[in-house]
Amino acid sequence: MTASNSKGKPKIGSKRTLERSLAKLSTGIRGFDRLSHGGLPRHRTSLLIGGPGAGKTVFALQCLVNAAKQHRATGMLVAFEESPAQIIANTAAFDWRLPSLLAKKLFIMDAHLSPTLVRTGDFDLAGMLAMLAAKKREIDAQWIVFDGIDVLLTLLQDPVAEMRELYRLRDWLADSGLTGIVTAKSEGQSYGAAHYGFLQFMVDCVVRLDRRQEDRVSVQTVRITKYRGSGFAAAESPLSFGPSGIEVGAINPADNGHKTSTERLSAGFEQLDVMLGGGVFRGTSTLITGVPGTAKTTLAGKFIEAACRRGERALFVSFDESAEQIMRNLSSVGIQLKTHVKSGLLRIHSIRAEDISAEEHLIKIGSLISENSPQCMVIDPLTAIAKSGTLGTARTVANRLIYMIKDEQISLMVTALSEAESPEGEATDLQISTIADTWIHLSYLVRGGERNRALTIVKSRGTAHSNQVRELVLDHSGLSLSDVYTAGGEVLMGTLRWEKEAEESAKKRRQRAEFDHRRRELEFTEAGIRARIAALQTDLESQRAELALYSGQADDHTASSKRQEGELRSRRGGDPAQAPVRKSGNGAAK
Amino acid sequence: MKRRSAKSKSRPAELTTVVVLRLYVAGGAPNSRQAIANLESICAEYLRDGHRLEVVDVLEDPRRAMAEGVLVTPSLTKLSPQPVARVVGNLSDRERVLLALGLKPDVA
Repeated sequence: MTASNSKGKPKIGSKRTLERSLAKLSTGIRGFDRLSHGGLPRHRTSLLIGGPGAGKTVFALQCLVNAAKQHRATGMLVAFEESPAQIIANTAAFDWRLPSLLAKKLFIMDAHLSPTLVRTGDFDLAGMLAMLAAKKREIDAQWIVFDGIDVLLTLLQDPVAEMRELYRLRDWLADSGLTGIVTAKSEGQSYGAAHYGFLQFMVDCVVRLDRRQEDRVSVQTVRITKYRGSGFAAAESPLSFGPSGIEVGAINPADNGHKTSTERLSAGFEQLDVMLGGGVFRGTSTLITGVPGTAKTTLAGKFIEAACRRGERALFVSFDESAEQIMRNLSSVGIQLKTHVKSGLLRIHSIRAEDISAEEHLIKIGSLISENSPQCMVIDPLTAIAKSGTLGTARTVANRLIYMIKDEQISLMVTALSEAESPEGEATDLQISTIADTWIHLSYLVRGGERNRALTIVKSRGTAHSNQVRELVLDHSGLSLSDVYTAGGEVLMGTLRWEKEAEESAKKRRQRAEFDHRRRELEFTEAGIRARIAALQTDLESQRAELALYSGQADDHTASSKRQEGELRSRRGGDPAQAPVRKSGNGAAK
Repeated sequence: MKRRSAKSKSRPAELTTVVVLRLYVAGGAPNSRQAIANLESICAEYLRDGHRLEVVDVLEDPRRAMAEGVLVTPSLTKLSPQPVARVVGNLSDRERVLLALGLKPDVA
């Protein structure tokens, strides 16, 4: 409705505050500061508008808490809708320590109008604003929140009076120099009441908070629809409640701030580590997908056991089974967690997925992390979050959860139940496969009347990982990976693999026997030949001896005949003959 | 007919106690001025026999007003007799003021 105001037109807001530069104040909600390029406009008023339960009060109060904690700035909150006690109780789940701030840094005015209050005739805000001005001077406030202005306006029961009081409020805010936040309720998409148009006009920044029902669960979003004199990200961003209050899922992968570690951790057992090129990196997340029964929990349990054996603190969050069940089931495959639970290294916490909403899971897991400060952690299965909500919310929450855990530098292994059998077909409903650093897929291969578990590493960032499909074998002594046989393009597992193995080894034995036999034959032949060589050598020696003897006599003979020949030639005057040369050449060849 | 009889019945009862009223106003704001005028007229008609009225200017003493839980102006509080009652507005609707202050039995 105020689309024309939402972009540009910085002059409207600047008329009366021309001398003030457009400074922004951080809200302390990281994602929102990113959306708004720095926070809310300083010395100006912003409007938070949204349906019931959209998080308006939390958002506004979080700004005050952040201002108090980060900048030692004081703030006031005028609560029209809820009593201060209610507000404090509602925010007790967050790590704000609100009661400690209330003494000095934060003043909540109870402007919650009693239902028994009788109204006769027109009234105005002149008195209230005078009181707030006095309080502002007293505590040197820099922020003010009018929470639930619509409640007050409705009480005026007169559109003209509503406008008059909004003008009064706007002028007061402009003169006060406070950074203001006004929150107003809207029912759905329609802003029937006349004051909403003016409310959006009178402020410099409008933030819409939405809570929609998708399937059975609420999806929460935040969107900036107007920001005078400033650029902003106009896209709708997911919003959820974390341990520190509102979290806005405007995630910028370029500066996600996660420290990278080159330290390798065991993913559970040695054979798997070998496949991963030495294990997983510390502080990264590993996703294990698979249909029911593919030993996802077992693999996760192995990871946790390995962590505890290294003496690291670990946390196992289960949505499926109780701690007792997990320990019993895992001990059947040689994974002993009981001692680690007793020693306090390991905490197994089981949550019923349906009991609470996806956002509450975030808060719950967040508080479990701060209680236990684990170095390694498992969530089994993460897909359970989707049970308590729509895909949209569950995705947001799953993403937030993984990033939250990454921020804490915890090495995480999450399992995800998948419906499809092939890894390609299962980007997983939660779409966490893109965030996870390592992705291990477990599947069944059914062949020859057997079901066998196959393990593949779909991806592993920064690691030269194996591309092999291997068989995951569980027995009472633990987990192991077997090489699989590929025969005629098919992978053989289980009994088929065993048969193939037996067949192969029989064949090998046969081959070896044949080889040995042949070798012996050859050795015999060789020995025979050697013997013959030796005999021939003896013959050769005697021949040579005979020859030497013979050639000694022949030389004498040749010398005398040469002399005779020479004499003969000289008498005839001819060339020397070649015959003696041929004779000696024949002798050498022998 | 009914109204008149109700009034005549209620008046003797009110004679026995002194009504203590406090009106919070915001300086010379139009609503506040109207409220003072309306309340004075009501007092003149119904509380001739005994009442105490204190007018507090919130602009002059904002801390006191805040401490006493005032939110909007004008605002009227009946402190005595019990129960304490509060009326917000310029008191233009005389019937409602009388009902709220218990100066007139509920006719409904």
